[in-house]
Amino acid sequence: MQPPVDPGLFPYTRGIHASGYEGKLWTMRQFAGFGAPEQTNARYKALLAAGGTGLSVAFDLPTLMGRDPDHPLSLGEVGKCGVNVTSLADMETLFDGIRVGEITTSMTINSPAAMIFAMYLVVGEKQGADWHRLSGTIQNDILKEFIAQKEYIFPPRPSMKLVTDVFAFCAEHVPKWNTISVSGYHIREAGATALQELAFTLRDGIEYVQYGVDAGLRVDDFAPRISFFFNAHSDFFEEIAKYRAARALWAYAMRDRFGARDERSWKLRCHAQTAGVSLTAQQPYNNVVRTALQALSAVLGGTNSLHTNSLDEALALPTEEAATLALRTQQIIAYESGVPDVVDPFGGSYYLEELTNTLVDGSHRYFDQIDKLGGMVAAIEAGFPQREIAESAYKFQQAVERRERVIVGVNDRASEGGEPPPSILYIDESAGERQLQKLDHLRRTRNVSSVERALDGIREAAHSGRNTMPPILDAVRAYATVGEMCDALRQVWGEYEEAAVI
Amino acid sequence: MSKIRVVIAKPGLDGHDRGAKVIARALRDAGMEVIYTGLRQTPEQIVTAALQEDADVIGLSILSGAHNHIVPRLMELLRSKGLDDVMVVIGGIIPDVDIPRLKTLGVKGVFLPGTPMQDIIDFIRGNARARV
Repeated sequence: MQPPVDPGLFPYTRGIHASGYEGKLWTMRQFAGFGAPEQTNARYKALLAAGGTGLSVAFDLPTLMGRDPDHPLSLGEVGKCGVNVTSLADMETLFDGIRVGEITTSMTINSPAAMIFAMYLVVGEKQGADWHRLSGTIQNDILKEFIAQKEYIFPPRPSMKLVTDVFAFCAEHVPKWNTISVSGYHIREAGATALQELAFTLRDGIEYVQYGVDAGLRVDDFAPRISFFFNAHSDFFEEIAKYRAARALWAYAMRDRFGARDERSWKLRCHAQTAGVSLTAQQPYNNVVRTALQALSAVLGGTNSLHTNSLDEALALPTEEAATLALRTQQIIAYESGVPDVVDPFGGSYYLEELTNTLVDGSHRYFDQIDKLGGMVAAIEAGFPQREIAESAYKFQQAVERRERVIVGVNDRASEGGEPPPSILYIDESAGERQLQKLDHLRRTRNVSSVERALDGIREAAHSGRNTMPPILDAVRAYATVGEMCDALRQVWGEYEEAAVI
Repeated sequence: MSKIRVVIAKPGLDGHDRGAKVIARALRDAGMEVIYTGLRQTPEQIVTAALQEDADVIGLSILSGAHNHIVPRLMELLRSKGLDDVMVVIGGIIPDVDIPRLKTLGVKGVFLPGTPMQDIIDFIRGNARARV
């Protein structure tokens, strides 16, 4: 076995920084959003007042799916899984009293990423912030939507056009923005193994770079703004190996496959979130321990940013108390455990190096398979990653049923009657009603002809192949809604429907 | 005896289909005839599928919190189509306080996270309408 090179050196298996967390601790970024924008704005102000420097926006399903609150499919969904943002007016409310030029914001938004990002940019514009200094992240990872989370709107190929339009626009106008967060998180939650999470995510990353290059961009102009997002799961050592393998795979792919010369293009930066799917509704306090172990593995793996889940998330969105305990969990690792004082302490361990190599080799086998299918978009169209994941999910469940896999408190040490459940956050229907009223008011007060003109501009760009970001920005400024902007593109590109296969 | 026919449906906007797919496969492996509707089905589409497929059971997978809107509409449609004897069960994330209301509406079983698949299979076998 080759002794690994030092942290900070190519291929960065042991970390992208020579000094690990000594120079900069990971960012503690807790995902939050619920109800109407007013409610989430209050939560954000509390988070910032408590010393937070970054926000992470969770949107509701209508926003994620590009549907306005008055669409039939939005029935009962407004404000439930996150905050509802229908138009620029809502984004202005969400960031009311918050200077977007002075914080970093991460937004978990994919199919309508360009529209939501444009709203954030216009809020910045109105606050007088310089786009060249705005910093934050949009998830903008459509491939994993087709593979796992299924919040797609348009077919894969035009969807990739929207993604590369954001790459090109940001390279010129918003150079500090992380234009994509290539996500394994949802792939893992859908049932993938660690290897599948790693391989499909990295291969997604390669696909995005290929599409960017094919769209005429220079690799080093956009690749440094690509970031990743992994799932901090339960198999402690395999998880640590996963981050190490990811950094090495990316460094080689960027240097050798794409000929990137800028070191920043080679360095994989990532966020991690503990595994929601590992949380149990039974004996929910056990979840605190699971989350602590998962968070520790992510830190030992060298994550750059971390979200720790709350103990009540198998039951509902977290209460404020539960979310605070989750944040405390990572603060204890950061400030009490001493773990951040050393870089990649498992480097050179026969077991960890072997696990890392196994994951790298397994990923290369998946890369070869996907390359043979014609790339990740073609593999998705053929249903390949979807089938692999469904197979793993079923095998996992069978192993749980046979008790080959132990879940403490569920199929092992399950107490009769369980323990009293914690109090949960209950989201009522008031946000939905409020958002409907606001939408009605907006439709009656805005300038209809400028909305129509702007939507025509979006359709025209979609037809001609020009960058869609400028007309989307115009539509946002005219207070067009997310649903209207997505409908304009649906008319040109159509909608994706996956074959229902079990 | 003919097979129990089950429509597994995912209503609402949510796309998290791991649970729906795993249970669909488990029911099929247990010898039932399973029809999976795919994602984002309206109550109308689900009832139409149940009618066309001559379903004995409708299994809904709902994780997003939209059950209080979707289930009343679905039950009303089933009644109006004369499908009162089709058993409706739900799996997903359902707050405890909502369960009595769902049962009053006619939902026979609510299966929360961590329920063994065998329990769901046994429940369906024990409660689905008899086929002749």
